Amino acid sequence: MPMLDAAIALNRFGLGARPGDAAPADPKSWLTGQFSRFQPRPLALAQVPSRSAVIGQLADYVAQVRMDGRAKRRAQPASISTGTAPQTAAKTDPQADPLRRYLRQSIRDDYLTENAARLSSALTTDNPFAERLVHFWANHFAVSVDKLPVIGLAGLLEFEAIRPHLFGRFSDLLIAVEQHPAMLVYLDQAQSIGPNSEIGRLVAMRGGKQRGLNENLGREIMELHTLGVRTGYSQADVTEFARALTGWTVSGLARGPASRFIGGGDDGSFTFAEAMHEPGDRVIMGKRYPQQGEAQARAILLDLAAKPATARHISTKLARHFAGDDPPQPVVDRLTRAYLASGGDLPTVYRALIDSPEAWAPKPLKFKTPWEWSVSALRAVGQTGIEPQAAAAMLNQLGQPTWKPGSPAGWDDIAASWAAPEALMRRVEIAQRLASKAGSSVDARALAQKVLPGTVSDATRTAIARAESPQEGLALLLVSPEFVRR
Amino acid sequence: MLSRRFFLSAGGAAVAALSMPRMAFARANTSRRFVFIIQRGAADGLSILGPTGDPLHAGLRDSFDQGLQNGTKLGSFFTLHPALAETAKMYAASQALFVHAVASPYRDRSHFDGQNVLETGGSAAYQLKDGWLNRLLSLLPAGDTKALALSDTVPMALRGNNQVSSYAPSKLAGPSEDLLQRVAALYEADQQLHALWSEAVATRMTAGAVEATGQNGAAIGSVAARLLSGDSGARIAMIETNGWDTHSGQQGRLAAQLRNLDGIVGSLKTGLGDDWTNTLVVVATEFGRTVHPNGTGGTDHGEASLAMLLGGAVAGGKVIADWPGLSTAALYEGRDLKPTTDLDALIGGAVAQHYALDARRVMTTLFPESRGAAFRQQFIA
Repeated sequence: MPMLDAAIALNRFGLGARPGDAAPADPKSWLTGQFSRFQPRPLALAQVPSRSAVIGQLADYVAQVRMDGRAKRRAQPASISTGTAPQTAAKTDPQADPLRRYLRQSIRDDYLTENAARLSSALTTDNPFAERLVHFWANHFAVSVDKLPVIGLAGLLEFEAIRPHLFGRFSDLLIAVEQHPAMLVYLDQAQSIGPNSEIGRLVAMRGGKQRGLNENLGREIMELHTLGVRTGYSQADVTEFARALTGWTVSGLARGPASRFIGGGDDGSFTFAEAMHEPGDRVIMGKRYPQQGEAQARAILLDLAAKPATARHISTKLARHFAGDDPPQPVVDRLTRAYLASGGDLPTVYRALIDSPEAWAPKPLKFKTPWEWSVSALRAVGQTGIEPQAAAAMLNQLGQPTWKPGSPAGWDDIAASWAAPEALMRRVEIAQRLASKAGSSVDARALAQKVLPGTVSDATRTAIARAESPQEGLALLLVSPEFVRR
Repeated sequence: MLSRRFFLSAGGAAVAALSMPRMAFARANTSRRFVFIIQRGAADGLSILGPTGDPLHAGLRDSFDQGLQNGTKLGSFFTLHPALAETAKMYAASQALFVHAVASPYRDRSHFDGQNVLETGGSAAYQLKDGWLNRLLSLLPAGDTKALALSDTVPMALRGNNQVSSYAPSKLAGPSEDLLQRVAALYEADQQLHALWSEAVATRMTAGAVEATGQNGAAIGSVAARLLSGDSGARIAMIETNGWDTHSGQQGRLAAQLRNLDGIVGSLKTGLGDDWTNTLVVVATEFGRTVHPNGTGGTDHGEASLAMLLGGAVAGGKVIADWPGLSTAALYEGRDLKPTTDLDALIGGAVAQHYALDARRVMTTLFPESRGAAFRQQFIA
């Protein structure tokens, strides 16, 4: 059954229709209209914890771990003489553990609240194309909560850095993301020290533990966030960029003496620590950057954002997200041209995407990721929110825990990564649970026409009609071939 | 395609229970327990209690209903499916009564609509907004009657003005085998999904995820019995069983379904102990299935089917049937067992006797659209 433009707008560009959503009469202007209607801070995000609260908990936790470590080291020599090392060590732990457990739990609670808020925003939004773009960029600039300090911060990166710049310039989005504590902490930038900086020299003089330059963020910005892998930059460029980035750190993360070098208060805001910054000019991809201080890395980021390789990289990912796993070259070219001609103006690029006929192909082009499927299923049954613990458990079960892709490369955006036997079984299980919660009040026969306008195949229609109960009919709709793809 | 083993498991079931206020137990009749077991999907009454004494039965069903050859003879005319072993024992102990060729007022063949009629107690689908089991509460000693459904949602029969809450033990969750099978059919024409799904189901079987269904049923029956036990326990329960829609592979699937059902009633009896004497269990389905087997080893949607009254309170050991016959002329629209007994009147009569209530009041409350009177046969000992 060929898909109608309205169904494509709702499901491929949007997040799936809700029972009350009318099929857009003019699908393209429905999409472009969302550029101005989009709310960076919708009501659904009201419960999200503040950045200073999250950073405070993290600092407390880090301080507690350090204190426990010191206590352990002090206990150790005595234990060697008495030969009761395990017991002595155990004695120090019971005091430390409840507090650490409490702090870990608080951090985990932040994550749960943020994930539920993200979901709630996706379920209640009238601008589902814009929300989908938020999710797209959050995955492009991926952080992963398998690193403890990132657990509470990951959601904030999306809410504070991505959402406000969704319809701005790519360069502004880029700088906001790279200066966000979640990214600075995740890719180890917050602790990166220039060897010839004030602190660097101090450390070298004391002959203390080797601490210095960390190339992680610099490399991933070039490889993942902007240019793309193997696009002509060298290891020397990465190292130079890492030097330029030294001093980009987060206030309030360190307690005690180290904090005075960092300054900038204790609220977790971005701060430039001159004392950590590697002095001198930098040369990257043949260009000299004489700027000093924070301005140096900023200038490099602006140049990276303007490179054709970046335009092509971003365009390819956007095209893949909407026009198929192997994005048609004409779409990629069109978006790249739009990007370069507009100086990375994102609405211009989105418009070029909406104007690409390849993105409106009347057959499903994408297998939904677990996140996309969950959101569309919950929207289809008219749910507007979900209890935080249950939301996390559901996405976990489906194999895509939010903000936990496990690597800075983010989740794959191709069917091969998601269309797997067990994953499909999980969807059927969840579909049955959702359907049984929705109860017999939902008539899947009518709902199918609403959420998949003009798209439902005879096979699916028949399967739903013949279902043993309304709940079973609804579950079948949610796992139907039309519904698991977009 | 899927292996046959896949079908050998019954659907997930849910248990719903209503609890009465403690005060209500002062009256003798509130020690009565009532359990309604719904068979969702249209259970084939002809396979469950075969009219093997009907001269036309052998030609129509012998090769199809081979299971009945090892079944329990109930008199000279009917044979009970062998999977219902515990139920057969109840029959021998006069604790089981079967009513054949029975049907609700619904005469079409849609599951949704048929179940709605069965559960609301109306004469047409979506005519009534609440369920007859919920309305039954208003006839029982008054108080702050509360109800509990052991499922994610409250089934239609229990919905209404009387408060009902729900609780779903996670053990009972998980996709029903029936759904898994329908998903397989749904994906049949989709190359990618079909391949993935076949593998997923195969893995599931080797992993032993499919449990013996009799045990499933026994577990559910035990939970229900616990909820119905003791002074503060519930007095009314509803148990939902799915997976009776046997369009294909009926022999194996139906046997599994019946083992499951037998497990439920068997463990209800064991779990209730002395309270079994005060218990009435009604088993009913939305409609029956075609008399002629179809081309895929199954049967399609039909009309009249079978209802069961089980329990220590039942004056059992008999089959009640105004047998319509199996000749084409005798069949409803030439294909289905003709309804000769009104399910509403049967339930109304049994409930009235069980609670010693006025039969007319029971009928107008539970089945307000019904023009018939409650049956007066002795259902309750």
